[in-house]
Amino acid sequence: MSRLARVLGTSSWSGLARSSVPHRAWLDGRVKPGQDAKGAVRREMSARFPRSLPPWLVSWLQVSPLALVLVTLFVLPTALFLVVSFFDYDRVGIYPAFIFDNYHDLLTTPATLRVYISSLKFAFIVWAITLFLGFNIAYFLIFHIRSATVRTVLFLLCAIPFWTSGIIRTIAWIPFLGRNGAFNTILQDLHITSKPLTFLLFSDFAVIITYVHLFTLLMVGPIANSLAKIDPALMEAARDAGASRWRTMTDVVIPLSKTGIALGSILVFTQVMGDYFVVKQMSGGQSASIVSMLSTEIQAMQYPPASANAMVLVLFVAIMVAGMMRVVDVRKELVK
Amino acid sequence: MMVGGTARANGPSDSRPWTFYALATLFGAFLMFLYGPMLVIYVLSFQGPNGGVTFPMVGTSLHWFRDIFRPGMMANIPASFTRSIELSSVVSLLTVVFSVAAALGFRRRFPGSGVLFYFAVASLVMPSLLVGFGIGFGFQVLGWQTDLFTSALGAQLTWTLPFGLFAMFAVVNRFNRAYEEAANDLGATAWQRLRYVTLPILLPGIIGVAMGAFTLSYDEYARTTLAIGRSNTLPLEIYALISSATSPVLFAIGTLTTSVSFLLIAITLVVVWRVQRRRAGPRPA
Repeated sequence: MSRLARVLGTSSWSGLARSSVPHRAWLDGRVKPGQDAKGAVRREMSARFPRSLPPWLVSWLQVSPLALVLVTLFVLPTALFLVVSFFDYDRVGIYPAFIFDNYHDLLTTPATLRVYISSLKFAFIVWAITLFLGFNIAYFLIFHIRSATVRTVLFLLCAIPFWTSGIIRTIAWIPFLGRNGAFNTILQDLHITSKPLTFLLFSDFAVIITYVHLFTLLMVGPIANSLAKIDPALMEAARDAGASRWRTMTDVVIPLSKTGIALGSILVFTQVMGDYFVVKQMSGGQSASIVSMLSTEIQAMQYPPASANAMVLVLFVAIMVAGMMRVVDVRKELVK
Repeated sequence: MMVGGTARANGPSDSRPWTFYALATLFGAFLMFLYGPMLVIYVLSFQGPNGGVTFPMVGTSLHWFRDIFRPGMMANIPASFTRSIELSSVVSLLTVVFSVAAALGFRRRFPGSGVLFYFAVASLVMPSLLVGFGIGFGFQVLGWQTDLFTSALGAQLTWTLPFGLFAMFAVVNRFNRAYEEAANDLGATAWQRLRYVTLPILLPGIIGVAMGAFTLSYDEYARTTLAIGRSNTLPLEIYALISSATSPVLFAIGTLTTSVSFLLIAITLVVVWRVQRRRAGPRPA
């Protein structure tokens, strides 16, 4: 891969890439000379406006509304959880304290472990399926579809169901998968099965199907974005250098799309871990999710144990996400 | 492949490799998977008045659509729909303004940029119900009443802002700063540079963020549910309906809301298309 990149870095190659891929020339332009241009702008600006605001202050002003929203509505409530998770409580109210009972109770209940394992199982299976589907669909759209218009149309076809409420899309599976549902009817009409399959609805199967239906687009989007940045000349160079289709895939395409893969994985994983509606609706009460367990506590106004539960979940998700972000420096990839 | 004619002529042959057919089949199957259940509910929403939530159809009618608008129903769909549209419009507007400004700010490193970036990531990956719980709980501690345009708006912003920010990163990355430099050289003030150079170039991306934020907000329920107060948005009203009633009226609502989404997409596409038409020269897709 690095050898390839070096070969492609020579002027004759990038020149060829530019002439053969005219509408991507801007991409090449951005990579190396762009860095210099940025520096030039900065130098230029400080020379031109010696009395203007320092650049870091301008940045601060620009990000301040976003920062204000995130701090007041996300960071502070999270800090509140942390504090309240150490409080004491009974049926009547909650009392400021610093006790570890909530954590102790949570971590010693067998139900906690069971629910975490069940949620992790769903997260892992759904991740694997959406990654497979998402990568192949993104690859198909970016590298196999020749016309930009067709690609846009196909992208839209994938995205349109995403604009329907997740609740509606979840319950849409009920008449489809049910005992007398559309799928069973088709199977029987085609004489594939003689009597309706009952494992289709209100089962782990139904939960997984619904998740895949809801979240595959979250994988397609970031991966397609990464793939679109790959210069097709790179793949042609790999092929010219004798790499097989598979080799090109594993040594060129996948490494260059790992940002998208990581982003998509983070989105899918956290969506599944944070879900409470699909599991409740589609498992028929056979499975629980961490958040549905939590929402029961919230409804019972048991805020301290709910807070402790929330902190454990947040910590767990944070560790998983941090692990995925170690694989690829998302920040470096996003903010160039 | 999307490469131009030259590159393709350089290739071994112009015919499609077998992988094309394999992936095309997969893609087709995926589309069927995606649309199959949706089509079922669209069809079932025209169920006759005596029909149920599954097949067979007992005649066809608009009965269940009329049911949505019948006053005195347990759920007030039209009112919650109006609320949803209002809330989503405000969310969309704030998301665009805040995330465009922030993405421009993030072009240089500044003290605290790393922390803020990870706040945005964390806000995006935090289990949604917990965000709403935190905000609702915070309001309760402060003795404030949760409401549509305070706590619910805030809860949705914690969801749409990181999305808007990351989408704008992608847009801003493609932006060639030489244009701003040229504006400076021609004597533009900072405001003129923003108004006449930077924003017009970013406009298609900005419209995309606006549309994305609107739809994310319009469908949001997990973050909003514990921060909404008394008046429900449409998804929450639907959520309440699911637990209290199972009738094809749910499917009728689904068909109707999907039509609204389609209308919005169509309007946005026309707007983006017209903006692009007015542009000369190539533009990143």
